[in-house]
Amino acid sequence: MSDGMIDGVTELLSATELEAALRDMALAILKRHPERKLAFVGIRKRGGPLAQRMRQILQETRQDIVLGEMDITFHRDDLHNLEAMMDLGRSKMEIPDLDERCVILFDDVLFTGRTIRAAIDELLDFGRPPKIELAVLVDRGHRELPIQPDYCGLVYETRPGEYIQVALKEEDGHDGVYLHQKKGTRVR
Amino acid sequence: MNEQNVNAVGRKDLIDIESLRLEELQFILDKTPLFKDIMRRKTKKVPVLKGKHVLTLFYEPSTRTRSSFEIAAKRLSADVTNFTVSTSSVVKGETVVDTISTLQSLQVDFIIVRHAAAGIANLIAKHSPASVINAGDGYHAHPTQALLDAYTIVERCGTVAGKRVIIVGDILHSRVARSTSMILRKLGAKVAVLGPGPLIPDERHDDIVALKSFDEAFQWEPDVIYLLRIQLERQKDQFFPSLHEYHHLYGVTNERLDHIRQKGIWIMHPGPVNRGVELVDDVMHYEKCLINEQVENGIAARMSVLYWLQLGSMKREDAIPS
Repeated sequence: MSDGMIDGVTELLSATELEAALRDMALAILKRHPERKLAFVGIRKRGGPLAQRMRQILQETRQDIVLGEMDITFHRDDLHNLEAMMDLGRSKMEIPDLDERCVILFDDVLFTGRTIRAAIDELLDFGRPPKIELAVLVDRGHRELPIQPDYCGLVYETRPGEYIQVALKEEDGHDGVYLHQKKGTRVR
Repeated sequence: MNEQNVNAVGRKDLIDIESLRLEELQFILDKTPLFKDIMRRKTKKVPVLKGKHVLTLFYEPSTRTRSSFEIAAKRLSADVTNFTVSTSSVVKGETVVDTISTLQSLQVDFIIVRHAAAGIANLIAKHSPASVINAGDGYHAHPTQALLDAYTIVERCGTVAGKRVIIVGDILHSRVARSTSMILRKLGAKVAVLGPGPLIPDERHDDIVALKSFDEAFQWEPDVIYLLRIQLERQKDQFFPSLHEYHHLYGVTNERLDHIRQKGIWIMHPGPVNRGVELVDDVMHYEKCLINEQVENGIAARMSVLYWLQLGSMKREDAIPS
């Protein structure tokens, strides 16, 4: 992240609270889909571990959930974003019966909705799932496209100069959700 | 983004392997499998070069290389125009530079050029704002062939570093030999050459071993035997007595194939093969024959090159203060 000078960092979710939020989301998924065939597809990079953990939480009740991971670079709408384009990664979508599974997309933070638009396009390159839903750990508001989450761990509408950082054991060595405020931003 | 990555893009053209830095080669090779994956999708196309225009400009006939570039560009959603010599004003005596200034008004973003004379790709690159990819210029270079060859070895062997590769055939007149041996050495492979005496250049890099016979070649214990295509049209120059003789001395015969199979040596060839000259029919069914994979990897490697040059143009645009 290069959002400039960081003045303050506030913890929004501790490791325990993050785990609890994931469990709540898992329950909501079970409730909505008691029998349907599911695929959890994480958006690179932190959506992957989130999808994996969600499957782990549900493994006692649902053994048939398959995992996928997608890189959305090919479908970005900001093709002038050099840093993002250089970070092109691999989509791992070995889901042979994709057209029969309800796909739940996972991402850490939902903001403008543009990443999710790209993710839907990427997903449709692999097949035509009967339903696509969206699960995010944090919704920070400020949508620029008509996209809303179906499952969400925390809603926190950010203000100018603020951004959300999600840390996950798999990528960052520890769990937690943090609010970063650039210098000059008033603390609420 | 790490430091190595930042320097991996920025170049406008791909003229030869020699001028590329290791991190540039590595970037193209690392991304190649991601482009290969696209061919396994239901929709074999991604929109990263949407709105970009690719022109293929071939002064020498080549269906394979031109088609490979065309498929690569189309899978990235670029528009492709093929400018073929027989239908153009080249036959009317227009110079290459005149052609380029004419083509300039077409506002193309990439020009893929093949020409019988060394240095033409570079000349075009200097006169055009478009990104130029050399698809073969005389005996000089064929960089995308080198990249696909290196990628094919990486994919099968995990790495190029430390691998032993023998290039067999007309080394002297081969841009493939020049570019492929260059990339393999840059990536840390050991390279040897084998072929008729008059077709082995006297001036070689010190670390390229010249072998005298296939027996010597086997003693050298190669991981890969890379067969070059014998240009049948060059036969009239009498560099070797006959095709039969060439096959006997430098071709993969059934007997040699037995040894190759026993040792598990990979076989590569840039295609198209002359059956009965560079190799016998059975080689094409040998499980470690990579010739068809080279064709498929060629598309992926060329997609990776187009993407890499596109990033280069984005970086240069960023560098211009607005």
